Amino acid sequence: MHPLARMILHRLALGLLTLFAISLFIFMAIELLPGDLAEEVLGQSATPETVAAFRRDLGLDQPAYVRYLDWLGGIVRGDFGQSLANNRPISDLLAARLGNTLFLAVYAAVISVPLAVGLGLLAALYRGSWFDRGVNIFTLSSISFPEYFVAYILMLFLSIRWGIFPSISDFGSSAGLGEMLYRTFLPALTLVLVVTAHMMRMTRAAIINLLAQPYIEMAWLKGASPLRVILRHALPNALAPIINVVALNLAYLITGVVIVEVVFVYPGLGQLMVDSVAKRDIPVVQASCLIFASIYILLNLGADVLAIATNPRLMYRK
Amino acid sequence: MSKPLLTIRDLKIEGRKGNDWLPIIKGVDLELRRGEVLGLIGESGAGKSTMGLAAMGYTRDGTRISGGEITFDGMDLRGLSERRKRGLRGKRIAYVAQSAAANFNPAHRLIDQYSEGPADIHGLTSQRDAAQDARMLYARLRLPNPDEIGFRYPHQLSGGQLQRAMTAMAMSCKPDLIIFDEPTTALDVTTQIEVLRAIRDAVRELGTAAIYITHDLAVVAQMADRIKILLRGEEVEEQPTREMLANPKEPYSKSLWAVRSFEVEERPVPTDETPVLRVHDVTAEYAQGIPVLENVSFDIHAGRTVAVVGESGSGKSTMARVITGLLPPTAGQIALEGTALPPRLAQRRKGDLQQVQMIYQSADTAMNPKQTIREILGRPIWFYLGLRGRAQEDKIRELLTAIELDPNEFIDRYPGSLSGGQKQRIGIARALAAEPKFIICDEVTSALDQLVAEGILRLLKRLQDERGLAYMFITHDLATVRAIADYVVVMQNGKVVEQGPKSQMFTPPHHPYTKLLLSSVPDMDPDWLDRTIKTREEA
Repeated sequence: MHPLARMILHRLALGLLTLFAISLFIFMAIELLPGDLAEEVLGQSATPETVAAFRRDLGLDQPAYVRYLDWLGGIVRGDFGQSLANNRPISDLLAARLGNTLFLAVYAAVISVPLAVGLGLLAALYRGSWFDRGVNIFTLSSISFPEYFVAYILMLFLSIRWGIFPSISDFGSSAGLGEMLYRTFLPALTLVLVVTAHMMRMTRAAIINLLAQPYIEMAWLKGASPLRVILRHALPNALAPIINVVALNLAYLITGVVIVEVVFVYPGLGQLMVDSVAKRDIPVVQASCLIFASIYILLNLGADVLAIATNPRLMYRK
Repeated sequence: MSKPLLTIRDLKIEGRKGNDWLPIIKGVDLELRRGEVLGLIGESGAGKSTMGLAAMGYTRDGTRISGGEITFDGMDLRGLSERRKRGLRGKRIAYVAQSAAANFNPAHRLIDQYSEGPADIHGLTSQRDAAQDARMLYARLRLPNPDEIGFRYPHQLSGGQLQRAMTAMAMSCKPDLIIFDEPTTALDVTTQIEVLRAIRDAVRELGTAAIYITHDLAVVAQMADRIKILLRGEEVEEQPTREMLANPKEPYSKSLWAVRSFEVEERPVPTDETPVLRVHDVTAEYAQGIPVLENVSFDIHAGRTVAVVGESGSGKSTMARVITGLLPPTAGQIALEGTALPPRLAQRRKGDLQQVQMIYQSADTAMNPKQTIREILGRPIWFYLGLRGRAQEDKIRELLTAIELDPNEFIDRYPGSLSGGQKQRIGIARALAAEPKFIICDEVTSALDQLVAEGILRLLKRLQDERGLAYMFITHDLATVRAIADYVVVMQNGKVVEQGPKSQMFTPPHHPYTKLLLSSVPDMDPDWLDRTIKTREEA
């Protein structure tokens, strides 16, 4: 078997193990939440009999490990259970919301990744120049403000003052792609501003780190232009750290957008989770957590695989 | 007489240290005609590489040309724009660096790096034609499989192969001038001879002028028409090669020649005493089933030096790892004064550890740069001898005196502020601090200049005489063996091919491999390379 294939299988197995540990952790954490679900849902005036019946219905009278195993067994079969709030299957709920979250994440990533890597390369090329400083100051300030602050500032100017973009991003179910891109522009821009700095600075640092390498000096001595030195000689060797930081930020775009989704009233997974916590819709919270964890694990796996695939020393043995 | 290709007049280069600019090259002249090879020699820090790069109009970060003229084929390189200089680099002046492994880009195939110059940067030819040229040059430089080797990545080749591939790359645009910066220093002698031959033939056939930078006189004698000696940024003297070898004028030049005269008189191996260290039938492996050492046996006696020689990959350093317990052997044992040592480092008692100490090749990386000499030496003194406070201080001072460094001056300094030779002396003192009976010296002089290296060898010899130390001297340099050894163990591919007293090893008949090693060490004779190649081809 090709070493890369073996490595992917190995890491997938490890990922499953991690996911299992996370499922246990999520379940226990939620067990520790104060308050009783049945009383919360049925209200203060419910009689003890109705509460007991409700608990029996949901299996809440069972010991924790039985409920955990039930839950886990369901997930293995692809069944996340039913929402307590509206009795719909959780997998349907998640599918729609996850789609929205992915749309926003891809939107932001398509802008921010090329932008960040490009700016990082240019900053490395012109390091110490005004351009370099300017880019650094701008990206650092955008990352230094909390994202809801950035979001409200954008909303204030681009939406309320100048009325270019809508401040509420819910595009309904019948919007075309253009409409969707237009309506979600502000949350996407907020995310771009938040993640670009990290990726850009890492790209810049990874490239500059390599510029003292003898093979870079060799490239200069072959008469290569600065752009060529950066793109052809430094960048291919800096891919591993860049890929890793990109993966980390992509994961953030999916799992860390809760606040942005709430601010822009965007029907994504993050908002679903926040709503479900408020409603004590525990099965939905658990399922969302698990989805976030899987995405995180998959993205990191992807980054590791890519980092190896782009490194000839690991791909071609002696 | 034709017009010179390269003329350098009164060149001055400065390097930045903190806020000051200190001179590196202090007004050196140089002239080179087409097809001529100039040897540039000197110790490290003499400014050889700086000179070589300046001939391309290039200065490293933190250095600047502060005066003088550099004229290449009628063009003033100092006055040329960056763009014009880029047009010359690689195309008309090319560079071959010391470590080909570090100077090839690990991300690209050799052939792409070859054709980058002629096809992509300078637009002289197509990718396809450049690749065709590469194959021919690879064949001419005697690379194995010239049609396919270009499609490999740098890490898939050996050091000697890479060095030849780099020479090919430098020739890709058929330049008028090639700067060779210590191209064979990192190679084994048996590989060096092949690379020297390839370089010389290629330079002759293409009629390229060259500046050949090295610290090895015997190597430069084979390559250069003229030799220029540099010392701390200044020219000592320049002469045609044969005259320089026969009749060096300046005292410094003469001292370079004299270095190889140090030689310890061989002391016989005692027959009736237990050896300090006995390596008995040791086999070791990193991966299961692939032995890196096979049935190795030899003894080391008190007050004697055993040199373990061989090329890289022969298992010399693995031997050191087995003796120190870092790599437990799969068979055989190591005995210290007649008692078997536990195979694993973790199982050894403090007393065992104390008796076996080590001095490393690179004193730079073997010492913590954030510790003062006091801390570096104090730690083993406390750990092994249990001395603290005043007693420890006295011991440190005694050690520094023993390695010929003034305690008052050095005790509170950091390794970073020391010269290469001084650092290696601290390495020796650290090994001595444990008061061992046996010290492994792993290529301790190979990173040092000849004069400095000789000082280290003399010091080791004196300490041995005073303290009755046993040394195991790992080296690939036969001159070092001749200088310091009493007994020689020759290794190849993890096996001992021959062992015996030094006098026996250096007199025929030899084992074929020993013979190959011995005959590959360059002599200070300009005809040595031709003669050796001829003898080998006849054989």
